[in-house]
Amino acid sequence: MVLFGTGLILALLFIANTTAGQPAAEIKVGSKAFTESVILGEIVAQLARTQEPNVKHLKGLGGTRVLWSALLKGEIDIYPEYTGTITQEILADRDIRDEQTLKKVLAEKNIQMSRPLRFNNTYAIGMREDVAERHGITKISDLRKHPKLRFGFTNEFMNRGDGWPSLRRPYNLPQTNVRGLDHDLAYRGLESGSIDVIDLYSTDAEIRYYKLRVLDDDLHHFPEYNAVLLYRLDLMEHAPDVLKTILKLEGRIPEKTMIDMNAEVKLDGIPESVVASEFLKKNLSITTEPKKETFLTRLVHNTLQHLFLVAISLAAAILISIPLGILSHRKEKIGQAILGIVGIIQTIPSLALLVFMIPLLGIGSAPAIVALFLYSLLPIVRNTYTGLQDIPVGIRESAEALGLPSGARLRLVELPMASRSILSGIKTSAVINVGTATLGALIGAGGYGQPILTGIRLDNVGLILEGAIPAAVLALLMQGLFDLLERVVVPKGLRLKSE
Amino acid sequence: MIKLENISKTYASTRALDSINLTILPHKTTVVIGPSGCGKSTLIRLIIGLIKPDKGNVYVKDEMLTPINLFTIRRRMGYVIQDGGLFPHLTTKENVSLMAKYLGWDNDRIGKRIAELCELTKFPVDALDRYPVQISGGQRQRVSLMRALILDPDTLLLDEPLGALDPLIRFELQNDLKEVFHTLGKTVVMVTHDIGEAGFFGDSIVFIRDGHIVQQGTLMDFVRTPTDPFVTSFINAQRSPLESLGE
Repeated sequence: MVLFGTGLILALLFIANTTAGQPAAEIKVGSKAFTESVILGEIVAQLARTQEPNVKHLKGLGGTRVLWSALLKGEIDIYPEYTGTITQEILADRDIRDEQTLKKVLAEKNIQMSRPLRFNNTYAIGMREDVAERHGITKISDLRKHPKLRFGFTNEFMNRGDGWPSLRRPYNLPQTNVRGLDHDLAYRGLESGSIDVIDLYSTDAEIRYYKLRVLDDDLHHFPEYNAVLLYRLDLMEHAPDVLKTILKLEGRIPEKTMIDMNAEVKLDGIPESVVASEFLKKNLSITTEPKKETFLTRLVHNTLQHLFLVAISLAAAILISIPLGILSHRKEKIGQAILGIVGIIQTIPSLALLVFMIPLLGIGSAPAIVALFLYSLLPIVRNTYTGLQDIPVGIRESAEALGLPSGARLRLVELPMASRSILSGIKTSAVINVGTATLGALIGAGGYGQPILTGIRLDNVGLILEGAIPAAVLALLMQGLFDLLERVVVPKGLRLKSE
Repeated sequence: MIKLENISKTYASTRALDSINLTILPHKTTVVIGPSGCGKSTLIRLIIGLIKPDKGNVYVKDEMLTPINLFTIRRRMGYVIQDGGLFPHLTTKENVSLMAKYLGWDNDRIGKRIAELCELTKFPVDALDRYPVQISGGQRQRVSLMRALILDPDTLLLDEPLGALDPLIRFELQNDLKEVFHTLGKTVVMVTHDIGEAGFFGDSIVFIRDGHIVQQGTLMDFVRTPTDPFVTSFINAQRSPLESLGE
């Protein structure tokens, strides 16, 4: 099983690399799954494109861990980061006190850091102005007197070195009603009154929009979060001109400019590419052509990516699961182990599985395909097993008594009789697969998850539907396709009702 | 000639067969009879190697049954079970011809053989393209018999072949089956729990109870010289339809 799996993952990797492989010279810019990071990523990508046409922006790739692993692995060449995040989160296990040490530690990992872009986007704690006023809260230590307040923090903040656990200690905060949620959803929760206190990025456009009070960090808990660019050392070698151009950004983005750009994207609905292009024209006098995407090209692009993920992972799952199901049926002990293992795989949360894959397979379609493949196993293995198990003893023995060897029995009698069950297992896998594949966008695999993620980030229901509706339609199409296939694959004798 | 030598077989904790010695004569019909769960089905499944004895050996024409010769020996036997055991995904014709096809017979040869068998078993040729769910229980047994006979085996093993049929069809099939046995002159082993059927078919009757052979002989032997009171009560337990009329 283990060998089998490893072999298959390698095969899948090979497939993914040859079909989705990119020319080596390409420069890949990454960004995290929040608006500011995507805008910065877009600015970097557009700048790079003035020197080298072959630049790809992998937008909204998830959290810090995903981006950092991808950078280490060379899956991306550069991405925007914050100094506080580097020292408090990425390198939290190292005692880094000054910039010199930081640069040295990064260099050991073949990573270089740009000089600050200028603005400081620190973590902050915020409340609705009216709620804060009512309780008389102006600084974080005031929260101590209000243990009943409900806190809603980003999942990353809940666990970061500089996040909630280390914030509550110095401030001695008593609150127990603290939960993790998505940053963009947190604003909506705050507005609707279902939570009272959230973590903020100080450059968030929403602070003004929702009229929030930013609480004073009176014990100076949060470090500085100067925006910088992290890039691989080898970028300097293979694209020095590109790097030089990108580094023109150093010291060029003041806090107000960043807040305005965030507001343009989040509140006015202007695409990141347009905002980035205007920034470059105004501040660096560089004219760039923002990539224009129509609804149709986006839909086609997402559909192709989604189908790619689903088709490869499902095909591999079918090839592996049917033999595993047959083996489970034939060898009872091994069978129980196989069914147990594929069952356990199914219980791994999909997001966790995707993140586990990154150190092994990097980001993009390869880890997504492997994860989807693993999730597709259980329904097919189990249905193959039950399909074979449900063949009446009399029929099984009649085939044996004829003198047919085991392989011929399987081919001529057992598999045809189990075909309906096997096919319905594949159908279940396919439908689940179409849904789960939307998560692939978190690790840069694209697909219908891309507009869904962007839509959540921008609070744009239209965009969410642009991913959700085609995904639902695709799931229905899959179902229809397999219903048709059933007429071809399942023998006529099994489809007849007795007269 | 089929010989069972000192055969024992235990399922979980119940002993199905206990040190059985039995010789089945060629070209004769041997009927194995006994109460439910006495081990009679076990006996027939041992002969065709569907189960292995815990102890003892099965010989077919002096050849001991082993995993190696199992497939060739099975092809010299035909096996019919209670509800036919037909493959539901194949037409009756495909059911009958499956093994011949597997062995590479050409269509002509298969067609000729099926025509012969239809005549022998009185199966309507126009029902050959139907699926098992589309024909009656009696017809299914005829197809099952054809499937068992396709390779012209030496031996026929029938495990309660008429057990699931209604009386009229059963009566008709008993006659047809006896005619087939008579025409072909094959070695037949048939399992039943019906003493009337046993007497009707059996050149020799083997009575099994609790994994032991209680008596072996003709129906006449069973009536005249029963070796065990249980044999007598088993024979007498069959009710005549006229009984309730007091005749």
